Amino acid sequence: MAAATQGTAIRTGRVARTFIYLVLLLFALFYMLPLYVMLVNSVKPLSEITGGGMMNLPEIWTVEPWRKAWSEAQIGVQPTGLKPYFWNSIKMVVPAVAMSTILGALNGYVLTKWRFRGDTILFGLMLFACFIPFQIVLIPMARVLGVLGLAGSTWGLVLVHLVYGIGFTTLYFRNYYAAFPTELVRAAQIDGAGFFQIFWRILLPSSGPIAVVSIIWQFTNIWNDFLFGASFAAGNGAPMTVALNNLVQSSTGVKEYNVHFAGAILAATPTLLVYIVAGRYFVRGLMAGSVKG
Amino acid sequence: MGFLDIRNATKSYGAVEVLHNVDINVEEGEFLVLVGPSGCGKSTLLNMIAGLEDITSGDIAIRDRVVNGVHPSKRNIAMVFQSYALYPNMTVGQNITFGLEMHGVPKPEREKAMAEVAKLLQIEELLGRKPGQLSGGQRQRVAMGRALVRKPDVFLFDEPLSNLDAKLRVDMRTEIKKLHQTLGTTIVYVTHDQIEAMTLSTRIAVMNDGYVQQLGSPKEIYDNPANLFVATFMGSPSMNLIQVKLRVEAEAAFADTTDDQGGKVSLPVCGASAALKSYKGQTVTLGLRPEALTDVEGADHRSDHVEKVQSMVTVTEPAGSDTFVTTTFGGTNCVARMRADADVHPGQRAEFAFNMEKAVLFDPKSGKRIV
Ligand SMILES: Nc1ncnc2c1ncn2[C@@H]1O[C@H](COP(=O)(O)OP(=O)(O)OP(=O)(O)O)[C@@H](O)[C@H]1O
Ligand SMILES: [Mg+2]
Repeated sequence: MAAATQGTAIRTGRVARTFIYLVLLLFALFYMLPLYVMLVNSVKPLSEITGGGMMNLPEIWTVEPWRKAWSEAQIGVQPTGLKPYFWNSIKMVVPAVAMSTILGALNGYVLTKWRFRGDTILFGLMLFACFIPFQIVLIPMARVLGVLGLAGSTWGLVLVHLVYGIGFTTLYFRNYYAAFPTELVRAAQIDGAGFFQIFWRILLPSSGPIAVVSIIWQFTNIWNDFLFGASFAAGNGAPMTVALNNLVQSSTGVKEYNVHFAGAILAATPTLLVYIVAGRYFVRGLMAGSVKG
Repeated sequence: MGFLDIRNATKSYGAVEVLHNVDINVEEGEFLVLVGPSGCGKSTLLNMIAGLEDITSGDIAIRDRVVNGVHPSKRNIAMVFQSYALYPNMTVGQNITFGLEMHGVPKPEREKAMAEVAKLLQIEELLGRKPGQLSGGQRQRVAMGRALVRKPDVFLFDEPLSNLDAKLRVDMRTEIKKLHQTLGTTIVYVTHDQIEAMTLSTRIAVMNDGYVQQLGSPKEIYDNPANLFVATFMGSPSMNLIQVKLRVEAEAAFADTTDDQGGKVSLPVCGASAALKSYKGQTVTLGLRPEALTDVEGADHRSDHVEKVQSMVTVTEPAGSDTFVTTTFGGTNCVARMRADADVHPGQRAEFAFNMEKAVLFDPKSGKRIV
């Protein structure tokens, strides 16, 4: 009797699991479809696309659209391709992510381990930054950049993203460090470590998981931003997203869909890479064993 | 002037005073234990000595140097935390030498000091490991190594054994005591475990509600508790408290109470003082430790003041080395500590021996000892 019910339980479990996997597979395929369309059409000559059959594999395989998107397409005045704009984005995103993450970590450290009067209010105000819509700050930000002489430059964009990102990174690090044993900080104080030494030697080495979260979040947001890029860095300083838009929207000549697809994939590649490379470190418990366990 | 002086120190958080006028002098080489129930301010006082908490008023001096406002790293103290607080990203060796490194000690000297301490604590083979790869007892040892390597004036321990299992706790307790005896260091040690306090200390400060209730040697605290709090907090099972009526006849005083059947029991009080006699006719609290209430054969033969009284046994609890016997005097449950093979059975009357030399009397209203 008991064995029979157990057997039934195992069998129904197997049926349910097969069903779940089928559904998951279906969803995965559904989400992969756009990527498939983009990939397939980016390696076809244009004539095959305009002739219909978006879902078909190419008859003639070609990397020409990719080459064109990267180094030849007409985006600004010159036919430069997306290449210079890709580097613009890199020059913007690397310092902005690095600085916002480091400052967020410092803020989190101070807000949890060097508490002062009014620290919760200050933190609340910083959280507010996470909820301000981009559009509201456009005009004041333009003014500030103008006054600082950073208007239209990559460094201006870095500043904008830095300011906008600190709210989020502070939130992440504050919550992470709140669970970090204060006794470790006290022990380090007795050992004679100063403010920055405690930060560099004790807290930061244990911040791997949250740093990864912060980097992924910041990288994706800043790389994918269009509004700030379009508003504050038009022309040759424009980031990848703006350049891609220009490429796709250009009104002259025929629409080269295969080039557009290749350009779009180029624009999406860095964020994908960040996920693939850093995602693995996401769940590592670096804190294990520091306190009682 | 002691080695570590706490003079009239108070601590307030906002309007709430959590430590009131604490006065303790610790001599060099002393092992002072701060003991008390949770929330009584032990950790706060220890953190004030360490410099991790400000002193609201009063002074703390180490080697005659007032250290109020001096940074923790400049007080020449070392602390072992309840959670050990080992740096998770560093190896055991780096954990031990981190303090020396921060104090600018050159590498060869650091290595030498580390080797010495590792040898003393027998953790040489652990030096390359991370804290996460150690057992609780090993972490405890490393935490002590980190404190020892600095050769501080004063060691501070905040409940260092409370995360260990019962057996390991006893072993480490012995080890700490041995360490204190070999090195002769000055130690301030916080615990809420009264057995730890009794076994380790040379002096105990019993604390409650932010007040030091009594400061004295373990024997003083145990035999001559200053008040009802100290009497009941220290000792396990705790002291029997019987409400008695004080009767004075000429030079002698008697504590009158009842047995289980309401029969009159009169216990002569040893060495009645004038202060005690002034309680004539009033109800006072008689305190008697379980080991002063025994079977007749087990009574202390050196005592001249053993009183034998019959009473009903309600519960017996054989604990291997002793048998704890519960009975009733004066309407309250009393625990007697009898020999393991004492012939007593629940539901039968047995003869109890009161060693009145060990009895102490308290004012039931103020809780203070009557001397
Ligand atoms: N930052 C703080 N703000 C307000 N009150 C505090 C603060 N820290 C401690 N207290 C209070 O001070 C009192 C003493 O705390 P303390 O940590 O010294 O207790 P303890 O004797 O070490 O207790 P335990 O055995 O539980 O560790 C407690 O009543 C506590 O609520
Ligand atoms: Mg405590």
